[in-house]
Amino acid sequence: MNNSLASNIIRFIVLLLAQVTICNNINLLGYINPYIYIIFILLFPVKNNRLLFLVLVFNLGLIVDMFMDSGGIHAGASVFLAFARPVFLKYAFGTMYDHQNLKFGNSDIGALIMYVSGCVIFHHLILFYLEIFNISQIILLLKKALFSSIFTVALSLLLILLFKPRK
Amino acid sequence: MQQIFNFVIRNKTFLLFLLLFGIALSLTIQSHSYHRSKFINSANSLSGGVYGTVNSIGQYLDLKDQNIILVEENKKLREELLNTSKTNQNTSLDSNIVDKKFKIITAEIYKNSYNSPNNYLTINRGKRDSIQQDFGVITSKGIVGIIDNTSNKFSTVLSILSKKSRINAKLKSSNQSGSLKWNGASPYIAQLEDVSKFAKVSVGDTIVTGGQSAIFPKGIGIGRIEEFTTDASGDTYTIQVRLFNDMTTLQHVYIIKNNDAEELEILEALNDE
Repeated sequence: MNNSLASNIIRFIVLLLAQVTICNNINLLGYINPYIYIIFILLFPVKNNRLLFLVLVFNLGLIVDMFMDSGGIHAGASVFLAFARPVFLKYAFGTMYDHQNLKFGNSDIGALIMYVSGCVIFHHLILFYLEIFNISQIILLLKKALFSSIFTVALSLLLILLFKPRK
Repeated sequence: MQQIFNFVIRNKTFLLFLLLFGIALSLTIQSHSYHRSKFINSANSLSGGVYGTVNSIGQYLDLKDQNIILVEENKKLREELLNTSKTNQNTSLDSNIVDKKFKIITAEIYKNSYNSPNNYLTINRGKRDSIQQDFGVITSKGIVGIIDNTSNKFSTVLSILSKKSRINAKLKSSNQSGSLKWNGASPYIAQLEDVSKFAKVSVGDTIVTGGQSAIFPKGIGIGRIEEFTTDASGDTYTIQVRLFNDMTTLQHVYIIKNNDAEELEILEALNDE
């Protein structure tokens, strides 16, 4: 339990710093940035206090917003993803999630890819909708969401698999 | 009463979610609608400190380019100096008597962004360097933006690459004025709108600040005309302006303090009444 607590605290801080110092400055092709801080939301223990989870995620998003001067878009998108996460868990992992014995470290790789892609695309659509805030620019919104999603999914999977706990 | 409590307890996760999402949404709407009074911004010691640390590592990487920019500026200033001293050899102004209208403060950019609809920069000067809201920010090449929020040591700058930004500008050759906006498409191109159709516009003309507000002095460079179209009603031109500044690689900037700004503001407030 303590081990899990410590690893989540470290993950929170490291992902936040990596996001604001490195990932926000990549600007691939001028506008594509990965948002890797959502790995914290993806990997948060499944057996959790949901109220605490929502508050933590809200703060994570708000700090990213503070660094980026973006109002509340990251906080909003992150809270939405945190709230909707059980749906994605159930869809991707099925019975393993139902039996409450899901561990991200030893789960099936196909299911993991499904889970990460679903969450990232969902998060990015809300994020860019809040950022652009104008339905008439839907093409720009979808373009930004699609390219950033691809980047985020690739980087997130790489990081999750790289730092997977040894069996 | 009992039922209300039961309802709250049963749906506590959903209610907390609604509350938090509501806060985030109102912060977002607030940041889209108003120019002022943002609660969450990067002009504070935490984000300023982190950006400062990163910047102190990263600034070595483009020393060469910054040197070239400095030399270019020195060359320009020296040329101006040599040419003016020839013409007014006999006049001598006592700098103590003549009031300086503008004061310049140097600053370094800690954070730059150019890929969202409303971009902000963070700089390492704040209230203790007598920076206030609405001071203009420029580089040796042209304008950058306007000071938005300030903390003790840091400030945020509303970039001209923002849908909220409106800057009074004019054509250098004919003095026809318009307002400079940004449509969010490219960080190298801004739009000059509301230029009268009677203005003589040609590709390659220079656009400079108009000097009708207290923020920027008259005649600071903005960019060059890339192309122009008449708008739907046919009364005004919309001009695509290629900015002199490469907004993606800014490092050192100047902040302009207008010593007359306060007086102008009071006067304008009187007019509004």
